[in-house]
Amino acid sequence: MNLSLVALTPFLGAIFVALISRMGRLHAAWGAGAVAFLALAILSPLMADTFAGQVFVQRISWMPMLGLDIVFRLDGLGLLFALMILCIGLLIILYARYYLSEHDDMGRFYAYLLLFMGSMLGIVLSEHIIQMLIFWELTSLSSFLLISYWQTRQESRTGARMALAVTGGGGLALLGGFLLLGEIVGSYELSVILASADIIQSHSLYLPMLVLVLLGAFTKSAQFPFHFWLPNAMAAPTPVSAYLHSATMVKAGVFLLARMFPALSGTPEWFWLVCITGLTTLVFGAYIAMFKDDLKGLLAYSTISHLGLITLLFGIGTPLAAVAGVFHIINHAIFKASLFMAAGIIHHETGTRDMRVLSGLWKYMPHTALLAMVAAASMAGVPLFNGFLSKEMFFAETLFVINEPWGWLLPTAATMAGIFAVAYSLRFIHTVFFHGEPTDLPKKPHEPPRWMKVPVEILVFLCLLVGIFPALTVEPILAVAAASVLQGPLPPHDLAIWHGFNTALIMSIIALTGGVLAYLGRRPLAAFQVRIDKRLEFKRLFDYLLRQLFKFSGKVTRALDTHSLQRMVFAFIFFVLVLGTTGFMGSEFTLTGDRVLLPIDGVSALMTLIIVTAAIGSVVMHRQRLIALILLGAVGLGVALVFVKFSAPDLALTQLSVEVVTVVLILLALYFLPQRSPKESSTLLRSRDAVIATAAGGGVAVLVWAVLTRPYQSISDYFLEHSLPGGGGTNVVNVILVDFRGYDTLGEITVLALAGLGIYAMLDRLQLSGSLHDSEDRPWDKDMHPVIMASFARLLLPLALLVSMYILLRGHNLPGGGFIAGLVTAVALVMQYLANGVTWTQERLPTNMHVVIGAGLLIATITGIASWLFGYPFLTSTFSHIHWPLIGEFELASAMAFDLGVYLVVVGATMLILIYLGLVHSQSHLSHVRKRIR
Amino acid sequence: MEALVSIIIGVLTSCGVYLTLRGHTFPVVLGLTFLSYAVNLFLLVMGRLTIGSPPIIAEGMSGYADPLPQALVLTAIVISFAMTAFVIVLALKAHLEMGNDHVDGKHKS
Repeated sequence: MNLSLVALTPFLGAIFVALISRMGRLHAAWGAGAVAFLALAILSPLMADTFAGQVFVQRISWMPMLGLDIVFRLDGLGLLFALMILCIGLLIILYARYYLSEHDDMGRFYAYLLLFMGSMLGIVLSEHIIQMLIFWELTSLSSFLLISYWQTRQESRTGARMALAVTGGGGLALLGGFLLLGEIVGSYELSVILASADIIQSHSLYLPMLVLVLLGAFTKSAQFPFHFWLPNAMAAPTPVSAYLHSATMVKAGVFLLARMFPALSGTPEWFWLVCITGLTTLVFGAYIAMFKDDLKGLLAYSTISHLGLITLLFGIGTPLAAVAGVFHIINHAIFKASLFMAAGIIHHETGTRDMRVLSGLWKYMPHTALLAMVAAASMAGVPLFNGFLSKEMFFAETLFVINEPWGWLLPTAATMAGIFAVAYSLRFIHTVFFHGEPTDLPKKPHEPPRWMKVPVEILVFLCLLVGIFPALTVEPILAVAAASVLQGPLPPHDLAIWHGFNTALIMSIIALTGGVLAYLGRRPLAAFQVRIDKRLEFKRLFDYLLRQLFKFSGKVTRALDTHSLQRMVFAFIFFVLVLGTTGFMGSEFTLTGDRVLLPIDGVSALMTLIIVTAAIGSVVMHRQRLIALILLGAVGLGVALVFVKFSAPDLALTQLSVEVVTVVLILLALYFLPQRSPKESSTLLRSRDAVIATAAGGGVAVLVWAVLTRPYQSISDYFLEHSLPGGGGTNVVNVILVDFRGYDTLGEITVLALAGLGIYAMLDRLQLSGSLHDSEDRPWDKDMHPVIMASFARLLLPLALLVSMYILLRGHNLPGGGFIAGLVTAVALVMQYLANGVTWTQERLPTNMHVVIGAGLLIATITGIASWLFGYPFLTSTFSHIHWPLIGEFELASAMAFDLGVYLVVVGATMLILIYLGLVHSQSHLSHVRKRIR
Repeated sequence: MEALVSIIIGVLTSCGVYLTLRGHTFPVVLGLTFLSYAVNLFLLVMGRLTIGSPPIIAEGMSGYADPLPQALVLTAIVISFAMTAFVIVLALKAHLEMGNDHVDGKHKS
């Protein structure tokens, strides 16, 4: 059961292909082929049982209590699509190898293509509908990358953006629909949903859910009026069009209709919504296709029309119509992919796709012409080719309403679309391959490389094979796929070329003769089309709507964003205050609770006075920056004492060491910034700020008082109880950090590492120049590194490092641990920079802190992963006691390795920040000093 | 004792808010530091005030201070240092590129 691997292989393969393409551009093509082949190989052992009607479900448990599992499903419909995706994908990979030119980056192309392949496989193999939606959105994203492959072209970028906007928007609607569906059924899994048609269809939310799901399907399958993105997506390289826009991506929409068919169909709502959309798209697409001068444009509108046909079949909703729908999905994929590839060959060898320029290619590329003719005949629905079979089933199915009032409309419209299809197929062949001699072609036409034609030949061969021997070739896969669409017995159907002389055959004959006549009389028709052409230009409407949307969001942004941080911060604090106060309004609220209060002692009162005075002093004198900073440092030390007082020794140690590095850091920065803040705000503004600051502070104080005077229940008893027996440490705070909540800590050190790297990125090669004087206009002291201080700092270093090691090792049982030890080490090292100067210290200490940070993260992560090896969840810790001679009983916990990782990241990040700021500082300072000496 | 703690946290918050509302980068950095002091203390005291019983398991202790807020605050202190550093360097960079140290990159008359 390796179903998940089928979908995941292409994703992994994308990375692989991107990597090996560096060694040679053709490696990417071979690699991509191998990956697709591998996925096919993983799928193949399951095929036989699936053909026998078995449904495979593979469940990977993720959050079972929320009903969120990763579940894959393989049934007939999924198998059909997976085979199409993989087999046509293989052909496309071969074709693209010859299609892409020397200048195109093959690695990028094939990586995107595999991403898309994986996403598409994910859709068709998903059992969980939310999971299906994720893959659904991934196809939108990867198709965006593929359409915009030639990024330098304007049309590629707009086409890609349009496709993403339309299909992405549809994906959002689909998410809404799926959520409603899941809530209605009570499960998000297809097995349950497909069996709950009665619950779904009688539910009051059925209609909104149906509309949302259909929006998703219709946007993806380019149904009218969302069809316009598909012609604009033709800016993609042709292999992409052949793959995405004929065989796979646009089929995702009709796949969804087929998948949900048992659960959602059979109601009048379904019938009308799906039929009308399908019918409109069928006729409209076929009509427009007749007038497109661009080869790919013609094929795009033809695709729209055929997708409309399939949609219409699912809308009709009879079992036989569903069978015909599945059949046409297969046939259309085969002939349209080959036609796109043929169009690509023509473009490749002549340099143009414009049918007004192309003509008479029969003489130059007869082989390609023959292939295109077979595929086009299939597209037109000519007997003996596969398109004919499903089209005739379609014609037969349109007749089921013939006895209703207006019932003749459906078969008539279907026949009309048939006429148009014959006409545009004829035009494709006649103008390109015949119609006189080619003139003014950008290139001299000739046959393409041998292997470029092979994928087309294979597909065209299939067109014929299926067209002539349908029962022998396509019947088994069609039967099993249709059976899983219907979730029930198959209706009797007969795949044969000759069904006797019936109405469907008459419709086919009318379509064929009418099509030829329409092509012959195309000039007056074209003249009529020119007049109404402008009105059918949906791209302009889309562009207009997009511009309006941008204008609107611009307005909203301008209204909200005043481009002033001060005003925004003020508004934020103001609204927090308003919200905070209104919450208490109208409720019975007593300020003081009934918890027994602690008595106030003199020392504490004095400390409070000092902190408060220093804080207020810092604010009052904030324009003299150095003094404000010193006072801030005093407050920080006061806070550390508060931690000591209230039984938090770990916090006090952390706060103390952080205080040192923070002050050093701000001092360094202060050198570059103006020494004084200018007086900036008016008295009125300052009073306003003072009022709101007082209100905020008062509010917080009241809140703290209210909380502190109330009793509470803590969840910490668990940690206190299990710290020693479970975590092997007596310092509960440290055990929480490295064991109980180790995963959080891992996240936090990652943030720290990222902040360090971000700062490095900003400081790297930054040239700042600081001022030459202090705030009193005195020049800096020439004696930058006083001897006594330098000597003491050097003497202290080993001692300080020893202390930090001690703190690190004892952290599990006594106050200390990786964070504190890391900070102490950082402080000890920073002292060297301060006392001895950057030049002296750099010669003696390693400066490359990236390695230290990386090593730290690696150690912490590996410690976590190591527990997998023993079958435990990520970051499970273990410990044992060892007796060391001389030292005595010694505890060894895996959490200590984790703590070592924390230690290294803290040292690395802190030093990275300070060293680089110090380097900028020292460069600036030295250049000033040198100038003065000169 | 609860009153003193309320006062300290309240004053630190006031100072922080007032300074973050200033127009130059340096006072804003100071203000953020004040705010992080206030927030860290606030988080700690949510476990209520306990004197003389640190959460280190030992024989004969009857009760311990709540270790959970302490663990939260410990990482918060380190992270807020990283954040302060980031803001400071950002301020330096802005000073270099804008030619002034106003928070909006412009001088107001």
